[in-house]
Amino acid sequence: MAASSRDQVLRLYRALLRESQRFSSYNYRTYAIRRIRDAFRENKNIADSEKIEELLNKAKANLEVIQRQGTIDHMYATEKLIIERPGNT
Amino acid sequence: MLLWRRLAALRGERTPRRLRAGGPGPGPGPGRKSDGGGAPRPLYMDVQATTPLDPRVLDSMLPYLTAYYGNPHSRTHAYGWESEAAMEKARQQVADLIGADSREIIFTSGATESNNMAIKGVARFYKSRKKHIITTQTEHKCVLDSCRSLETEGFHITYLPVKKSGLIDLKELEAAFQPDTSLVSVMTVNNEIGVKQPIHDIGEICRAHKVFFHTDAAQAIGKIPMDVNNMKIDLMSISGHKIYGPKGVGALYVRRRPRVRLEPLQSGGGQERGLRSGTVPTPLAVGLGAACEVAQQEMEYDHKRISQLAERLVTKIMSEVPDVVMNGDQEHRYPVLAHQLLWSLPMFCGQLEQMKTWLTHLLDLALVVSLQKKKWIIQCRSAYST
Repeated sequence: MAASSRDQVLRLYRALLRESQRFSSYNYRTYAIRRIRDAFRENKNIADSEKIEELLNKAKANLEVIQRQGTIDHMYATEKLIIERPGNT
Repeated sequence: MLLWRRLAALRGERTPRRLRAGGPGPGPGPGRKSDGGGAPRPLYMDVQATTPLDPRVLDSMLPYLTAYYGNPHSRTHAYGWESEAAMEKARQQVADLIGADSREIIFTSGATESNNMAIKGVARFYKSRKKHIITTQTEHKCVLDSCRSLETEGFHITYLPVKKSGLIDLKELEAAFQPDTSLVSVMTVNNEIGVKQPIHDIGEICRAHKVFFHTDAAQAIGKIPMDVNNMKIDLMSISGHKIYGPKGVGALYVRRRPRVRLEPLQSGGGQERGLRSGTVPTPLAVGLGAACEVAQQEMEYDHKRISQLAERLVTKIMSEVPDVVMNGDQEHRYPVLAHQLLWSLPMFCGQLEQMKTWLTHLLDLALVVSLQKKKWIIQCRSAYST
């Protein structure tokens, strides 16, 4: 039970980060990645399975938001910001 | 070519030609090339003026811009019902952010309309007995202008001065009360220099004098915890586009107990408790609600992050740039509104070009630099963006 839950969490985490990379807007991309990392880090020690399930559902909902918004952001992409030099995020 | 540049500089044009050269003019569009198509966009640092839409907010708005397009005031069919349900949900989300009841929230077109409604509405309703209003000299233009227009209607207004720190003097406020004062209007966080007024104390004073307290909380909402009951606020203006929500929508909190009466500015079909007639724009209201909900959830995390960034910005500039003065109170400010740090740098005219190059190179930011006599006043508006 714990193992599959752990796998689920990791899969979601990777999926969230992967989808966030697709944002073409610097702002959205860096915020999403940072927020996802910090949120998972903050909740990593939670043991209550109900709470874990609630958080996982929230993560799944957010994943869908990021997928949709990533596509829209890509459709309406514009020039890169001046600070997005090659090598930066 | 050189003559053109000189003429452009004299005219005060600030957008360099190189930025206009890329792509078919300003404005987005699917036809526009993204990678390497044009000149890079400047870094946005004017977050005090407006904020980008949070993706979560846009996501919540889109269904109401495409599929669920019913008028929320259509009582007789499903399109109306679903639209109304969304509007009421948004109302509850806004209310939750400020500790109010959802029946106390009125959707408006923005904080300017909310301010106008609050000030003119309260003043005119009670004009038979009460003809005095107290406000401050550092309020937003819409508040000051509303007061000015009330003066032509026969009201008298006290404009309280602020101390050097930007805060008002509570003793002066106490002294300004008159038997016919109907309203006190003080903004929570200043949009120019970021100082936070002592709203708790002002609320107490107003309650003691039985005078309504209005606050323009456009810059404070979603960034610092606001509770209309703790702070004894009777009217509060909320702006959508300052909290990562859509432009063109705002809200006005109007206390029900004890009831605050307003004379409506906008006449019509009696929507929004008769105080603001007109179809409520469901997608915008939904966006405002979502923005408030996101703000509430993220407030603590964002506050921590922005405090770190603001600390770094202020410390580096104060320590490494010579002869800098920071305007506004050091303690009673909202750290994020290191958004709006105004510094004064004494400069000699001869070193103008050198200083400009140095700063642009060092900070690599989009600064608005203007020359006033022999000083550069650098308006550096730092961004919320990561």
